[in-house]
Amino acid sequence: MEMLSHDILIVGGGGAGLRAAIAVAEIDPSLNVAVVSKVYPMRSHTVSAEGGAAAVIGPDDSLDDHAYDTISGGDWLPDQDAVEAFVKEAPRELLQMEHWGCPWSRQPDGSVAVRSFGGMKIERTWFASDKTGFHMLHTLFQTSLKYDPIQRYDEWFVTKLLVDDGRCQGVVAIDLATGKVHGIRAKAVIVCTGGCGKVFPFTTNANIKNGDGMALAYRAGVPLKDMEFVQYHPTGLPFTGILITEATRSEGGHLLNKDGYRYLQDYDLGTPEPQPVLRSMELGPRDRLSQAFVKEQEKGRTLQGPYGDYVNLDIRHLGEKIINSKLPFVRELCLKYENIDPVKELIPVRPVVHYMMGGIHTDILGATPLEGLFAAGEVACVSINGANRLGSNSLTELLVFGARVGRAAAEYASRQKGNGAAVAAQAAEEVERIERQYLSGGGKGDKMVDIRQGMHAAMESGAGIYRSKASLQKSAQEISNLQDRIPGIRLDDSSQTFNTELVAAIELSYMLDVAEAIIASASQRTESRGSHQRTDYPDRDDNDFLAHSLAVRKPGAAPTIEYLPVTITRWPPGERVYGR
Amino acid sequence: MAVDSLAGNAAVVAGGEMVTLEVFRYRPEEETEPVYQAYEVPVHKDWVVLDALNHIKDHLDGTLSFRWSCRMGVCGSCGMMVNGDATLTCATFVESLLPGPIRVGPLENFPVVRDLIIEMNDFMEKLESVKPWIIRDEEKSLEDGAYLQTPAQLADFKQFSMCINCLLCYAACPVYGLEPSFTGPAVIALAQRYNLDSRDQGAGERNAILNTDEGIWQCTLVGECSVVCPKDVDPAAAIQRYKVSSTLQWYQKLLMPWSGK
Ligand SMILES: Cc1cc2nc3c(=O)[nH]c(=O)nc-3n(C[C@H](O)[C@H](O)[C@H](O)COP(=O)(O)OP(=O)(O)OC[C@H]3O[C@@H](n4cnc5c(N)ncnc54)[C@H](O)[C@@H]3O)c2cc1C
Ligand code: SF4
Ligand code: FES
Repeated sequence: MEMLSHDILIVGGGGAGLRAAIAVAEIDPSLNVAVVSKVYPMRSHTVSAEGGAAAVIGPDDSLDDHAYDTISGGDWLPDQDAVEAFVKEAPRELLQMEHWGCPWSRQPDGSVAVRSFGGMKIERTWFASDKTGFHMLHTLFQTSLKYDPIQRYDEWFVTKLLVDDGRCQGVVAIDLATGKVHGIRAKAVIVCTGGCGKVFPFTTNANIKNGDGMALAYRAGVPLKDMEFVQYHPTGLPFTGILITEATRSEGGHLLNKDGYRYLQDYDLGTPEPQPVLRSMELGPRDRLSQAFVKEQEKGRTLQGPYGDYVNLDIRHLGEKIINSKLPFVRELCLKYENIDPVKELIPVRPVVHYMMGGIHTDILGATPLEGLFAAGEVACVSINGANRLGSNSLTELLVFGARVGRAAAEYASRQKGNGAAVAAQAAEEVERIERQYLSGGGKGDKMVDIRQGMHAAMESGAGIYRSKASLQKSAQEISNLQDRIPGIRLDDSSQTFNTELVAAIELSYMLDVAEAIIASASQRTESRGSHQRTDYPDRDDNDFLAHSLAVRKPGAAPTIEYLPVTITRWPPGERVYGR
Repeated sequence: MAVDSLAGNAAVVAGGEMVTLEVFRYRPEEETEPVYQAYEVPVHKDWVVLDALNHIKDHLDGTLSFRWSCRMGVCGSCGMMVNGDATLTCATFVESLLPGPIRVGPLENFPVVRDLIIEMNDFMEKLESVKPWIIRDEEKSLEDGAYLQTPAQLADFKQFSMCINCLLCYAACPVYGLEPSFTGPAVIALAQRYNLDSRDQGAGERNAILNTDEGIWQCTLVGECSVVCPKDVDPAAAIQRYKVSSTLQWYQKLLMPWSGK
């Protein structure tokens, strides 16, 4: 089989992938680097991030403060050496973005402005109005165009990592426009495919976030780390998952149950006051708000809508003037994408899955245990996010670890010679598998939508905000049954040209593998920490679980879970302070 | 976003009003010519045209192909012609188009790959050709810190940086329809985004591409681009401003050859 060939192949053209590509091009322009992306890079999910990116800038701030906020916010699960490297390199990376033209919001004197953000005790979040991720992604993409060594395969979809001789040596990908399946050799492969929110029914994540890279690595035998840690945001719109920022609550929005009652007062979150009070009621920590929703649901005090249970967020009392001046973007989102006017109507909200803390196990440079395979961004777990990511740390993470992984892969690739013939044979086999499994008339079995809904139901009911041994066992069984149904999946479309149904079917198989790893990791962690809440083990247990979980795939069986101690440098575990 | 699986729940679609979507179909392996295919979909207050297309894909016809991702008007994937207007299908409510039928087609002025998916290589090449990155005579080192840029200087180019590359303006532009060599609205706006950035010194280099017939001079200032733009980028203003500044430069050179730039 004829193969394309590059020194370094990056899977993913979001913030992490593009930053890595530029790092490679800058460190060694003689390396031939290519970016494969299933959507045009500027469509990547990084585009949706609104709030900002954290890095120490002000004179009243310090690297240690940023590190401490990150570690305590992550409930002592982040690796402290990784966090120290992260906070140290963060300002330089955001400054680099400034030099590349990112339109950061400014102070009157022309210096970069910063704002406060949940969990950060000092203002250190750089922002580009309310479209930070959009501006970062377009800046990175447009800047990447100036580097000749960077080639692109836009709208190519990766289906497999090629591994031979204990080394990752390339990928197989479908060129969506033509349907042709290609093998691509590479001395080093960097996976930057983003998160996996679509494993769950209610999520802020875009349609393309299916955990592809996690599943690709998992299938290649690479452990997935800390997969039980899934972050919820307490206020998303139930139908679209569009995120309603906490600014609505800090301006004085109220969360109401079906009786119009501010139910948070029943959950040890303070007493209702007419004016918003920091750290109390609606301004309590995100996870506590999400948990209160579930308790209300259990008491039958939530509302039922066409998309499931919800509560109401009321900002009508703020009046049109304040809403327009302080929350224009919220009103725009509600009006334009859900046909709701928050000036006159209640906003239906519920907790929605927002971010994946876990991911492909990497070291502090982005290398995975599989030689030649690297990872960065939301798909990876270094880990700086631990049991709970702080808002505005992940955009910065894309840059810091994108650049690190680019440099590490460049160094590795320049030491490698070419790769073996076995890889071409594997690629040919994969082409045959795709033909056989998906295109040759397809199976006569289930429709895709049925399997997807089954997965969503299993994850929401058994591995959501609260988990228990029983709920996880049940979900594990359901996911395993669904996995068995994938080979016979029924596809209407056997066309070669832009077959989006084929892509969705493979994505669904990726998501089921990711779901399996989430459930198995959550089952084994018999404690509650950060975003992982066990009803049967409500306390944190540092004796047994100050450790990362590593899920290793066992085809046909549940994965095995191993543990790796957390790296502690200077901050011994303490109480997690619920900050905003 | 979370629409996919729940949007088609049987419970959701039971009863209620229906509307007909007439959707452009073209599969190069099957059809020699495009056809419109009709589908009946339920009406919901919160459904946009994209949700209706996803309903079709999930429940009625898995072969219908289209691009989408964010469902919040920021990734730029879902632009199509809806009842003849270039629009983001994730920001167009079905309710606003009742009683239907609603005609959905691929963006005009582009070759069609399949169904609602257009070929956009031409745009990508044009984007790259205007060097959409900061160009400096001398790069400032990171050790020397950030460039200062006042809010007023930021405001000078900010609008043109809001482009999501959705290509609606190309679908609406009569000049691009006739002359595919025309650089076109979004790319000119993005070139101006850098030309007007106080950190950039590359206007001269970009001039070589823009200040030509294919560049800006083909534009007859119809202004449709700014009408359809979902992000208020106002590409027509970018083009107009560019025309004025390059005319000024031309006069300056003619009248004051010693003035340098
Ligand atoms: C609504 C929202 C708001 C957010 N706001 C903030 C914020 O304010 N601050 C913050 O720090 N973080 C925020 N986050 C989180 C942050 O945006 C993400 O974690 C981050 O953008 C992920 O970037 P990435 O580069 O890892 O992946 P992505 O940007 O998701 O890119 C993934 C890339 O991989 C490609 N890809 C995937 N699978 C394949 C495959 N099989 N074959 C080929 N290519 C593939 C895709 O095409 C894409 O190019 C927010 C997240 C959401 C959902
Ligand atoms: S200028 Fe406006 S219409 Fe044109 S591509 Fe950009 S955002 Fe879309
Ligand atoms: S789906 Fe992203 S702009 Fe419509």
